[in-house]
Amino acid sequence: MYSIDHHDLGTPAAAGASVTLEIDGQTLTVPGGTSVMRAAALAGTQVPKLCATDTLKAFGSCRLCLVEVEGRKDLPASCTLQVAPGMKVRTQSDRLARIRRGVVELYVSEHPLECGTCTANGHCELQDAAKTVGLEEIRYPGRPAALATAEGLSPTNSHNVCDTSNPYFNFDPSLCITCSRCVRACDEVQGTLALTVQGRGLESTIVASQAERFIDSECVSCGACVEACPTAALSEKPLAIIGQPTRVVTTTCAYCGVGCSLKAEVKDEQVVRMVPNRDGHANHGHACVKGRFAWGYTTHPDRVRSPMIRASIQDAWREVSWDDAFAYAASEFKRIQAKHGRNSIGGISSSRCTNEEVFLVQKLVRTAFGNNNIDTCARVCHSPTGYGLKHTLGESAGTQAFDSVMHADVIFIIGANPTEAHPVFGSQLKRRLREGAKLIIADPRATELVRTAHIAADVHLPVRPGTNVALLNALAHVVVTEGLVHEAYVAARCEPAPFARWRAFVAEARNSPEALESTTGIPAASVRLAARLYATGGNGAIYYGLGVTEHSQGSTAVMGIANLAMATGNLGGEGKGVNPLRGQNNVQGACDMGSFPHELSGYRHVSDPAVRALFDNAWGVQIDPEPGLRIPNMFESALDGSFLGLYVQGEDIAQSDPNTHHVHAALAAMECVVVQDLFLNETARFAHVFLPGSSFLEKDGTFTNAERRVSRVRKVLEPLVGLADWEVTQRLSNALGYPMAYTHPSQIMEEIARLTPTFSALTYEKLDTLGSLQWPCNAEYPNGTPTMHVGQFVRGHGRFFVTEYVPTDERASRRFPLLLTTGRVLSQYNVGAQTRRTSNVAWHDEDRLEIHPDDAETRGLADGDWAGVTSRTGHTVLRATVTDRVPPGVVYTTFHFPESGANVITTDNSDWATNCPEYKVTAVEVTCVAQPLDWQRRRHAEAPVVGRKSKDGEQRKRDVAAT
Amino acid sequence: MDATQLVKMVNDIAAFFVAEATPAEAPLAVAGHLRRSWPPPMRARIIAHLAAGGAGLNELSLAAVRCLAAGESA
Ligand code: SF4
Ligand code: SF4
Ligand code: SF4
Ligand code: FES
Repeated sequence: MYSIDHHDLGTPAAAGASVTLEIDGQTLTVPGGTSVMRAAALAGTQVPKLCATDTLKAFGSCRLCLVEVEGRKDLPASCTLQVAPGMKVRTQSDRLARIRRGVVELYVSEHPLECGTCTANGHCELQDAAKTVGLEEIRYPGRPAALATAEGLSPTNSHNVCDTSNPYFNFDPSLCITCSRCVRACDEVQGTLALTVQGRGLESTIVASQAERFIDSECVSCGACVEACPTAALSEKPLAIIGQPTRVVTTTCAYCGVGCSLKAEVKDEQVVRMVPNRDGHANHGHACVKGRFAWGYTTHPDRVRSPMIRASIQDAWREVSWDDAFAYAASEFKRIQAKHGRNSIGGISSSRCTNEEVFLVQKLVRTAFGNNNIDTCARVCHSPTGYGLKHTLGESAGTQAFDSVMHADVIFIIGANPTEAHPVFGSQLKRRLREGAKLIIADPRATELVRTAHIAADVHLPVRPGTNVALLNALAHVVVTEGLVHEAYVAARCEPAPFARWRAFVAEARNSPEALESTTGIPAASVRLAARLYATGGNGAIYYGLGVTEHSQGSTAVMGIANLAMATGNLGGEGKGVNPLRGQNNVQGACDMGSFPHELSGYRHVSDPAVRALFDNAWGVQIDPEPGLRIPNMFESALDGSFLGLYVQGEDIAQSDPNTHHVHAALAAMECVVVQDLFLNETARFAHVFLPGSSFLEKDGTFTNAERRVSRVRKVLEPLVGLADWEVTQRLSNALGYPMAYTHPSQIMEEIARLTPTFSALTYEKLDTLGSLQWPCNAEYPNGTPTMHVGQFVRGHGRFFVTEYVPTDERASRRFPLLLTTGRVLSQYNVGAQTRRTSNVAWHDEDRLEIHPDDAETRGLADGDWAGVTSRTGHTVLRATVTDRVPPGVVYTTFHFPESGANVITTDNSDWATNCPEYKVTAVEVTCVAQPLDWQRRRHAEAPVVGRKSKDGEQRKRDVAAT
Repeated sequence: MDATQLVKMVNDIAAFFVAEATPAEAPLAVAGHLRRSWPPPMRARIIAHLAAGGAGLNELSLAAVRCLAAGESA
């Protein structure tokens, strides 16, 4: 069932040259390629239909949408019939009515007539069709109604039993009309190909994988099939529990950097469903298991509902009023500043919060605190992107819209795993790959896209962790020495001297694929093949993620990527570009909003007097011209006693930052830590003031996704704790003596627009009208900028940088012979604070250590054994998965569960330019151990996890209980 | 702030600019990076470390911190 406010046009939009035709006597002009069904709907006539919907290609199976066309004897299906110039169509006649009634009657006779109690009642397309054709009585005997619900399908009754195995939706075959919309949604929209139609005629039924329960099948629970289903055969569970929604609020997903537009459907102040918005510009009606279903954390009992304070972190929390909490925090911050100086406190903003909230936190720090000690969690993920792209191209952001990938001929993915971490973009990518685009993947692991249904990478470069820059130099070497540079483009658009230096550098024999083979671990022939493909295969588009940035040479690698794109002319047009895939929903926005210690909003350095003057005048303060402390500097300063107060909004630094012991010691050394969050997170263990946060459903604002797209977040429900996050920051600022008096986040956006050239023409009204837009949005581009650097680079001429490969200090040795790298899974999100509190644990309820069979064998490790993982900084225990997905010498884990302690073992190495931690390379040794560590077992027992369900988890619970 | 850590950070920055900039420009480029991204206490600490002999700083880093020190006192 699609969103209750969606008006379905039957088939997707087309883009051909205009065609004029006549429908029911009305003349209209539509783009060529449009179906007659869609044209009629655009003209206001809904042709009855069952197997068509406007996110899927027309299929023409139900035969309900027949029309009459002048000059034709047959009755074509309007969903598969394309418009033609001069065509005359009749959508209504007695003959059509008779046939349509017969078709619907057959469907209805096979369908239980229990509309009154059905979850789709009022929104069922079969019901609509029956009404439209005026069906009053049925001449055929019906199928037995009221079918049993049980925990699974048995081969004997697969027609009758409702499959309730998926935690979020049911499949009731008795309500299925075999329109195959679900099958096509899984194929065309999601690209998982989990469903098929089994059997023929009236006996046909829909099955998942090999007729398995949904939960056991390949299904990734994206919900596309559920959204596409015209009846209640596939239907979200809350519909049966809460009832049908009565209002719809369009908002934006708060999980990953794709930024899907979602419709929150609500009944009685309860969210019933989150349905992907078919008009959403980033997602076009698709979503993933997180945004679509995993919003239950917003009402989880663990949410803190009252402000709390305590004098010491050894004390118990004491619930207080908001006023008391603000007064206490303000007096502590002031006390610390009076004793230790203005720079002894600071703040950290969050990529999970809105642009307006981030802007406010950095404003509070720069005004009420009076310093530049503001940093954001982008420090630990994409700060190298900002640095690398600003220096080479002139702007700290990705260059394209997601839709641009549909024009790419060669797609080069490095250090990213879109089908797990950016799933809706991953699905779009798969669509383009199925259309024939070529694929190069550089990743130590064989990620899903290396080989999956109907897709195989043309080249997989299994790069050794820590050697991306060497690989990029080797690729560039081939481009330069084999004459593949786009000379005219480079001559016209790039600075000549740096290009000449770069060209000479990468051409050196030491940068050849052959010379670097032993460094990167990649056969030279594969590197040559990839370079030729990228440089000569048509439009080349690069997508990269944290596998590029989270390295000691993260910024260098980003520059290497930009060099490669400039050298081959792959910037400034559709289908090309350099595209960072941002981890969290608002990483781009958090960076744009000036929450780095050296930059004000729009990436303008604090040392620039003209920029400071603008803010000084607007805010009535004197902005410090010197950069403030970065997050790691804050920790260092805390340990030496010069930094003692921290305001941290929506970020769990105690869990997410590297070298946990060091971070914990730093936090414990502070005198006033103020944590604002939904839950008592790890950082709250070190806090003196806890300010309860609000979820994305409880506030207004905007998020900016990985394609610079600014989308509205709209308040669906009132804040559980009475205040939205922006209001909390405002009240804290007032308590500190710097007055703020916004009454709505739109006023904060007005201030952002006044002070930030790239946002100068952006307003909430415009976002409401256009749906979303991509910055820059200013006088020159009043409706935003989908593709950047068209014609010329933002910095004028593109700047090549020489990118010498410098091996990380974190090298494998005799003591630590394996390299650990990290990543994410689809169903969980970052440190898991949200997703662990949802039924997504049905798919992933523990982090595991992937290890190659050879490495496992030499250590006597079998699949499922406990593996002790020791690095130079720490030790943890994870259960082993033995797989050749990782190459020998490399081990891999995810980091969604606190008891996994992934950051207990990561080091404090960091990117040379930005101090982004080197999460992706840690030298370790792995041994077989009997059990997890004491602290892990304690944490596991405390961890808020919605019923761990999978067999492994059950097994582990038994093991933990037994030890 | 721990000088050993700062020394490592300067050397890491220098390792990029030693290849990227000409020998004449490199110290200025490293010093410029430090001035634009390091807060004053960190800069003061590394300058003090230079004054105390600059142990651990490589050749380019030494030149860069000298540049930085000259710029700060100017
Ligand atoms: S489950 Fe729904 S979408 Fe799939 S075939 Fe049956 S009715 Fe159609
Ligand atoms: S939920 Fe998604 S992956 Fe699962 S069967 Fe439906 S469309 Fe396919
Ligand atoms: S792809 Fe990302 S933005 Fe879209 S629904 Fe999933 S988590 Fe949310
Ligand atoms: S809607 Fe056209 S054939 Fe089913």
